[in-house]
Amino acid sequence: MRPSANSATLDLRAPAATANGSATGIAIEVHDVTVAYHRKPVLWDIDVSIPAERLVAIVGPNGAGKSTLLKAILGLVPMASGSVAIFGRTLREARKFIGYVPQRESVDWDFPIDALGVVLMGAYGRLGWFRRPGRAERARAMECLVRVGMTDFASRQIGQLSGGQQQRIFLARALMQDARLYLMDEPFAGVDAATEHAIVGVLRELRAAGRTVVAVHHDLQSVQDFFDHVVLLNTRLIAAGPTREVFTTANLQRTYGGRLTVLDEAAEAVKHATP
Amino acid sequence: MDTFLTDLARLLSLQDANTRTVLLGTGTLGLAAGVVGCFATLRRRALLGDAIAHAALPGICLAFLVVGSRSFPAFMLGALILGAFSAGVIAMVRAYTRVKEDAAIGIVIGSFFGLGVVLSSMIQKRPGGAVAGLDGFIFGKAASMTSADAIATSLVAGACLLVVAALYKEFKALCFDREFAASQGWPAVALDLIIMALVCACTVAGLPAVGVVMVVALLIIPGAAARCWTDRLGVMLLLAGLFGLGAAVIGAALSATLPAPPGSLSRGWPTGPLIVLSAAAAFLFSAVFAPRRGLIARLLAHRTEIVAP
Repeated sequence: MRPSANSATLDLRAPAATANGSATGIAIEVHDVTVAYHRKPVLWDIDVSIPAERLVAIVGPNGAGKSTLLKAILGLVPMASGSVAIFGRTLREARKFIGYVPQRESVDWDFPIDALGVVLMGAYGRLGWFRRPGRAERARAMECLVRVGMTDFASRQIGQLSGGQQQRIFLARALMQDARLYLMDEPFAGVDAATEHAIVGVLRELRAAGRTVVAVHHDLQSVQDFFDHVVLLNTRLIAAGPTREVFTTANLQRTYGGRLTVLDEAAEAVKHATP
Repeated sequence: MDTFLTDLARLLSLQDANTRTVLLGTGTLGLAAGVVGCFATLRRRALLGDAIAHAALPGICLAFLVVGSRSFPAFMLGALILGAFSAGVIAMVRAYTRVKEDAAIGIVIGSFFGLGVVLSSMIQKRPGGAVAGLDGFIFGKAASMTSADAIATSLVAGACLLVVAALYKEFKALCFDREFAASQGWPAVALDLIIMALVCACTVAGLPAVGVVMVVALLIIPGAAARCWTDRLGVMLLLAGLFGLGAAVIGAALSATLPAPPGSLSRGWPTGPLIVLSAAAAFLFSAVFAPRRGLIARLLAHRTEIVAP
């Protein structure tokens, strides 16, 4: 569980070497995972493999356990049963190679810190105990701000940024982690068009660099445009696979149940992209 | 007025051993409590400090009953044990009942303080009980601080500052975004406990001077005042430390030099409350006059921001 400064022994960040000759390996293996809050199951017996080097959306209605699945993968919520392997390793071994973008509501935006300071926190895990970020980390943090188009706001107190700008700072902090696997909790929630564009650009860059991104996603309309792979979730796993095969009206109906307005939207979304 | 000036001169020249003791004890305490208090407030644990302080009173009483004499280390130990116990009780009440944290803290503050008052009045009535000076812990009695007390206080304060200096980055990550910190593998629960331990140490160290009722003010007020002046955590910690130190020095100086209240024979100005009032004055000034975050600056900014369409 402890961050350590030494990461030279295992270079998990390089794209998966594939012994069997297939293009990519498995990034996350979720095995029989059940999570309950106060004895009420939020995730029930989830069994799913998430491929590496893909942009993966977790889709499902409110309360379906989407965020909880990310947190279970990260070890942030206790699992009643099951196990998770990341690139075939335990969470403890893989922790340094995971970047995380939590929901925006999870932090205190009045905190006395500027945008650059937040991005620098992405380096804390690698720095390990007691060591402070120095000039090298600052330079890298500025590069991360460039990638999300936020250089002009580096010294702005974070509460003074708009929602979309805050989201981009979170993304820059995750980039600072230089991870092989990114878990993002609704990165597109409530963002402006410029931010959406910036985030999509960064996600594609990450994929091109052999990284894996798993994002909780709310907007059914854009799933097919943004993501290669979909996990449909509603407490239980409904379906998982390449977007083209899995993102169908029938599967969405099973995911969202009788919620008609959502279903209409879903049907619209599917019709829209699959002729 | 003449005596006031000579008193002030004597105070500032630090000739008087008792003044030196009080300034050393309260000054270092103010500094450490100001710094530690920043993390307590940012982590939204400030009121837990109040509960710990109130629970310290029965801890001190029990320590007296066990040891049988006025012993600073024993008192501090008793205060620490009951303080930590009260924090545990709050966590249990939250976990096993439907009571929310603020209510749980209220329950603990009242009941532990009540227990403390009952125990202390029981002890005071016993032969030899008055020497314990237990009522001095309720509102504080800085003047009765011995030089050993002051040195112990400043050692505790120094240790707290060292821990903050070492774990600055870790505390910052925890207080800003606990989940992200945990996702990086930082032991969030352990770091939380360390912050609580620091709060506990500052609270208990502050009891002899400021008392259980007001000591939480030394944790909260300097940080709140400092936050008005800056958006940077490092600067905030520095300012909070200086405000805490300044309030302690000014409060102690006022109590040593203010002329006696009209009609009273002795100087009755209590040090602890004057320290807290000095800190409150610093906060009031900051909240009103600080640039950008102060009340006046915000009113002016609001006025100029509205532009004709």
